[in-house]
Amino acid sequence: MFDTVLLFMLLLLAIAILGGLYRAIKGPSMADRVLALDLISIMMIALIGIVSLYFETDAFLEAILLLGILAFIGAVALAKYIERGVIIERKRDD
Amino acid sequence: MSWLHIFILLPLVFAIIVPFLYKKIPKVHTGWFVLFVPLSIFVYLLTFLPMIAGGETAMYILPWIPGFNIDISFYVDGLGLVFGLIISGIGTLVVLYSIYYLSKGREALHNFYVYLMMFMTAMLGVVFSDNLIVLYLFWELTSISSFLLIAYWYARRQSRYGAQKAMLITIFGGFAMLAAVIMLGIMGDTFSIRELIAQGGQLVQHPLFMPAMILILIGAFTKSAQFPFHIWLPDAMEAPTPISAYLHSATMVKAGIYLVARFTPFFGGTMEWFWIVTGIGLLTLFWGSLLAVKQRDLKALLAFSTVSQLGLIMSLLGMGSAALYYGEGELAHLHSMAVLAAVFHLVNHATFKGSLFMVVGIVDHETGTRDLRKLGGLMSIMPISFTIALIGSLSMAGLPPFNGFLSKELFFTGTLNAADLDIFRMETYGFLIPVIAWVASVFTFIYSIILVFKTFFGNYQPERLEKEAHEAPWGMLVPPAILALLVVVIFFVPNVLGEYVLEPMMASILPTLAGQFDFHIEAWHGFVPELFMTIALVVIGIILYLTLRKWIGLYNNVPRALTITNAYNSGLKGMESISRKITDAHMTGFSRAYLRYIFLIFVLIVGAHLFLLDGFSLETANVANINMFEIILSLALVGSAAMVVITRSRLTAVISVGVLGYIVALFFVVLRAPDLALTQLAIETVTVALFLVCFYHLPSLRKKEDGDGVNGLNLVIASLVGMTVTAVSLSANGHRLFPAISDYYLDAYELAGAANMVNAILADFRALDTLLEIFVLCIAGLGVYALVKVRLARREKNEDQ
Repeated sequence: MFDTVLLFMLLLLAIAILGGLYRAIKGPSMADRVLALDLISIMMIALIGIVSLYFETDAFLEAILLLGILAFIGAVALAKYIERGVIIERKRDD
Repeated sequence: MSWLHIFILLPLVFAIIVPFLYKKIPKVHTGWFVLFVPLSIFVYLLTFLPMIAGGETAMYILPWIPGFNIDISFYVDGLGLVFGLIISGIGTLVVLYSIYYLSKGREALHNFYVYLMMFMTAMLGVVFSDNLIVLYLFWELTSISSFLLIAYWYARRQSRYGAQKAMLITIFGGFAMLAAVIMLGIMGDTFSIRELIAQGGQLVQHPLFMPAMILILIGAFTKSAQFPFHIWLPDAMEAPTPISAYLHSATMVKAGIYLVARFTPFFGGTMEWFWIVTGIGLLTLFWGSLLAVKQRDLKALLAFSTVSQLGLIMSLLGMGSAALYYGEGELAHLHSMAVLAAVFHLVNHATFKGSLFMVVGIVDHETGTRDLRKLGGLMSIMPISFTIALIGSLSMAGLPPFNGFLSKELFFTGTLNAADLDIFRMETYGFLIPVIAWVASVFTFIYSIILVFKTFFGNYQPERLEKEAHEAPWGMLVPPAILALLVVVIFFVPNVLGEYVLEPMMASILPTLAGQFDFHIEAWHGFVPELFMTIALVVIGIILYLTLRKWIGLYNNVPRALTITNAYNSGLKGMESISRKITDAHMTGFSRAYLRYIFLIFVLIVGAHLFLLDGFSLETANVANINMFEIILSLALVGSAAMVVITRSRLTAVISVGVLGYIVALFFVVLRAPDLALTQLAIETVTVALFLVCFYHLPSLRKKEDGDGVNGLNLVIASLVGMTVTAVSLSANGHRLFPAISDYYLDAYELAGAANMVNAILADFRALDTLLEIFVLCIAGLGVYALVKVRLARREKNEDQ
């Protein structure tokens, strides 16, 4: 019963990811794609959590944490790129 | 190490000392020091003569690479010894001649004598070697030293051209010979010529017999300037005249003759050998004599006459091989006369051609030209040279009382005998042999007469000569005079030569008849057809010479495009341009083209392998069940991959690559690989970030003007590669022959104290790979740093300027 629920949730998440993917592909603006990517990352965090439950293992908890950090960094980097055109600025004073 | 080894290698060792002598003792002409080397070899080799004449042979073995049956084994028999005597004897005379021919101050004498000494060892090695590999080694050494000697005056363009031509052609033949040597080694399981000949009879049916024969003959024909490989010899006349006299008349060009003679006991007696050797020999004889007549340069005339005479000797060896067909008996003896003529003419040719070359060198040296149109009337100015030239030329033409007459008579005997052969389908074409031989002899007579008459008779034209003509110093005259003396002496006492020299040589070429030769060379043997042939050729020859002006113009009608030299030149050019075209066609400089080749060849090899060898199989026994989320993830994976390919915006492509990587990470999660998933997530993020870092500097993807921008060929290749890889993976999955070794690593905790099996493998079981991967990352980091820094430094430098 519990497994069925988990699988159902996984299916929902997968649909959500596919939705996010559609947005990432379709656009139309860059910001849409970045947001979609962020969404996909968060969905993946949830997905990995549920898969861990399903497999009854704690081996993927690091992956969840890492993905959280990476999703944040990635979103910030992309945002900065959209705004400034570069991610790491060179020092101006030299 | 025997005395023979020491004497054969003596010139090579002496070549090391020559430059020191040249530098340290500049007052004395270096040639004087060199002179004793060939002289001592000659004297040493003379000591073998009584033994050889007694029918004995000797073998000296020095192990070199015993594991491969390669020994420096020298074998002394009649054939080798006579060649050795010619090489060292004429070598002595040539060195003496060169002392006076080459100026001490102006010429690079050390080079000259070093090359000459190299050549002498090489040539002696060729004729004495019993081991085929060693024979080939010395063979190539003759090619190389000849190349060096032809290009002795390397500042001249023609010298370099001649050297290159000789090199290409003789090395080509050398390689053919090497192939033949290997084949012979396979056939007889030995590299020793002696052992090969001993088992010759059984090897006739061997499938490699014919290829080995043809390749050996290519080697011999290129070296001996036989048709159509004769073209290098006239161009080799750019060498200094002593070299032309030595290499290109007496020794090196006879190496091919030697080879044919040496292998006659092995290959002889077969129809193919008879026809190829005789046919090519006659063709060369005819062609060479025909072309010699039209030459205006004395050395070119002599070069073509050498070609022609070598063809004569070659054809005689071919005709003589018929004796081996009969083995023993009267007919064998009859045809062995051709071999006698061959070896006799070989000796005679070495004498008179050497002297002729030296005389031509004298004329060149004392008048400054070798052009027949400028020369004339030198008889009274250079009487000694004239006498020598007259003796040489008349001997070459085949007149009494010179040795050429005897061998020419024997030659006609040989051709008449060969025409009567009733084997090898000779009854149909046999009559051609004496006819061709006779016509060629007429031309030989004409050019021999031209050589003497145009140079020494007629009007003296001092205004057309570069120097005032005068007689040469005695040192230059002595060597040709000795040879000319030999020419006459041999005519009067041919049977002494026959007993000591010719019989042992024939015994080497026709071993089945050894010890039974019964011949007596006579200048006069009654009114036989040969005599009438000689008389007729003299009469016709004189008539043709007197009417020379009327028909010499016929030569000009031959189109240049039909000459073999032209074919050689355009062949070289053609090869160059074709290979350039081929290279240009496929080496486009675009990596996409190279990738296409790589992928296509991959598909061809792997795909064809799968297809042709029935390698494809789909095993479903060990396939796991497919989950729902695996299906969904796969769909997402395909979607994002398609996006990368389809999109027109680079940013979309980068993001799609990111998505792709994340989905792969999810696969790792689903397939229970937490470490991989972690790494994949981190690396994917960094990669996408890096793409974005360089993104700003990149141009946007160019839109194709025409159509939808799909390259059909690339699409096909990509699909084929994808399908091939898929097919291979599926087949590989079905073909698991052995159980996996991963069970061993399951005990990682006990073996390495690690709960994490992946990490245990990375850092313990297979830590070496990890170390090297660390190196890879290290190098990549340093590389990036270096690239960025160097680039920045350059930009700043540019800004400063």
